Amino acid sequence: MANLGPADYSPYPVATYDGLYTPDEGKAMLLTEMVDEEVAMREVARVMLTSENATIFPGPQVLYAWSEEAKKKATLIKEMSEVLGAKMIPMYDYRPKYPKIDAEVEINPNHPNLTIWHNNIKACIFIGVHCHYANVALKIIRSETDCYTIGMCALSGHEDAMATIRDQHSEDLAKFIEIAKEVKQELGK
Amino acid sequence: MSLNKKLVDMNYLLKEAPREKHFITGAQAMAEAVKRASVDMAIAYPITPQSEVMHLVGDIYAQGHIKEYYRAEEELGTMSAIAGAARAGVRLFTATSGPGLLRGLEAIVSWPGHRVPCVLGVLTRVINAPLSIQPDNIEMAYLMHSGIVMLHAENQQDTFDMTLAAFAITEKVDVYIPVSVSTEGFFVTHAKGYVEMMDEELAFNEPDPYKAPVPAMDNEVPPARIQRDAPVQKSNFMSYLIHSVWQQEIWDSNQRAMKYIYEYLGGPIEVQNPGADVMIVASGCAAAQAREAHRYAQEEGLSVGFVKVRAIRPWPKAEIREALATTKTVIVPEHNIIGWLCKEVKAAIPNSGIVTEGPRVYGGMTLPVELIMTEIYDALGMKSEVLQA
Repeated sequence: MANLGPADYSPYPVATYDGLYTPDEGKAMLLTEMVDEEVAMREVARVMLTSENATIFPGPQVLYAWSEEAKKKATLIKEMSEVLGAKMIPMYDYRPKYPKIDAEVEINPNHPNLTIWHNNIKACIFIGVHCHYANVALKIIRSETDCYTIGMCALSGHEDAMATIRDQHSEDLAKFIEIAKEVKQELGK
Repeated sequence: MSLNKKLVDMNYLLKEAPREKHFITGAQAMAEAVKRASVDMAIAYPITPQSEVMHLVGDIYAQGHIKEYYRAEEELGTMSAIAGAARAGVRLFTATSGPGLLRGLEAIVSWPGHRVPCVLGVLTRVINAPLSIQPDNIEMAYLMHSGIVMLHAENQQDTFDMTLAAFAITEKVDVYIPVSVSTEGFFVTHAKGYVEMMDEELAFNEPDPYKAPVPAMDNEVPPARIQRDAPVQKSNFMSYLIHSVWQQEIWDSNQRAMKYIYEYLGGPIEVQNPGADVMIVASGCAAAQAREAHRYAQEEGLSVGFVKVRAIRPWPKAEIREALATTKTVIVPEHNIIGWLCKEVKAAIPNSGIVTEGPRVYGGMTLPVELIMTEIYDALGMKSEVLQA
């Protein structure tokens, strides 16, 4: 991500205005810096383990058993939430909720800030959300909340997240879980 | 693909595959690129000068290089059908010209927001009354604010390479908006030039609709059942907030295309003789004339450079600024009356007063190199009559 706050006259900041784009293959983005994937994984684990009401937002690509990879990922994400002590709130539908979202139990890309506010979430991971919907939600969350956003993406990553790790497949999630266990131990949790 | 082609990635296809030289028209070059792109479906409505391209695409459909092809009822129907077909995750090609582009524009400007990956050929033609079929690229000005990626081909070779590259760029997950390849009707589409092409047994890898930023509309697979676009049309169900960031996301996607323009096409601009006192900036067919004027100027020992602009969107502002940083005069020859490229160049540099308005031709006129040379002589304080004598 770039700096918090408005970009030009728009109340909704975007990283590309500041010349930041998705990370190169094999790399990750932490705020404005491109770093090695493992460096980002450690920082992401630290943030999730030390932030109030840390939450994972799983999207349709890991909520439905539409492929063997999706099933593996879903199991690993459950383990990840246990290691990180994080809640899980699903983004299972991209349609705007009318007349009102139940912010207690779901998040929606059209008004994700409502779920962040309601649950006082200070750090979150987007995973399994289609990139377009992750990108619009991340832009809104950045400008409307003080939540630290993390995009764990199976494709090319999300520059509007404060931390983004790309090409995350099941073996990468398993690696992240092991790193998170180490960081947890280092933090004495 | 019904034919037994060898499928390869775009870097191999464009940069490594052996090529042979052919002498073909721009329309043939565009169709030959489509032939090597593993296109699933082409849809179009005929209009001169695009009809030559889509006739040839019809031929390659008949030969089995494309799975589906049909003539739509008119251009709004064509462009709407492209959006519908994109929901199924297939690779798409269409093309149009001048008035056809404007007729389809309502659907075209909705493509980026609907995340429609496709390649649009724009074979330029006069749009104003009185009716004319002659080349003039003013229609590109209307496309510049639509959000789509825009490439502008100088000649038949560019038309071939850019069309092929466009299929790879449009499907990148962090882009996934349409890519247009424009070139001048008749001057390029109906004129022959040398084009180096790889064997037609080679073709671009087939698309993976699951590597997409939006769900493909496969009703057998659960994530796709999540309705994708209908809410966007229902503004009463959504706030200004989501529309605002949605627009930002489209222009972010447009910006993200730049790294792939570098990867496949070597960058958004080409610069000859940087640091010269006079720089000619041109795109499309005008770049061919500007290149020739640059050659004349070199022969005469004049301090003249040349910038060819390949990408109109994303606009290479930083690259243009750098290329024009030390020049004293900028000349922008164009094939339209409003000077859309001139306006873009002026907006990109801090000292826009150094930009000369023109020379411009329109309504189908050719662009004689002498028009550009006259501007060069004026800029250098030389009397063109004396020099020509």
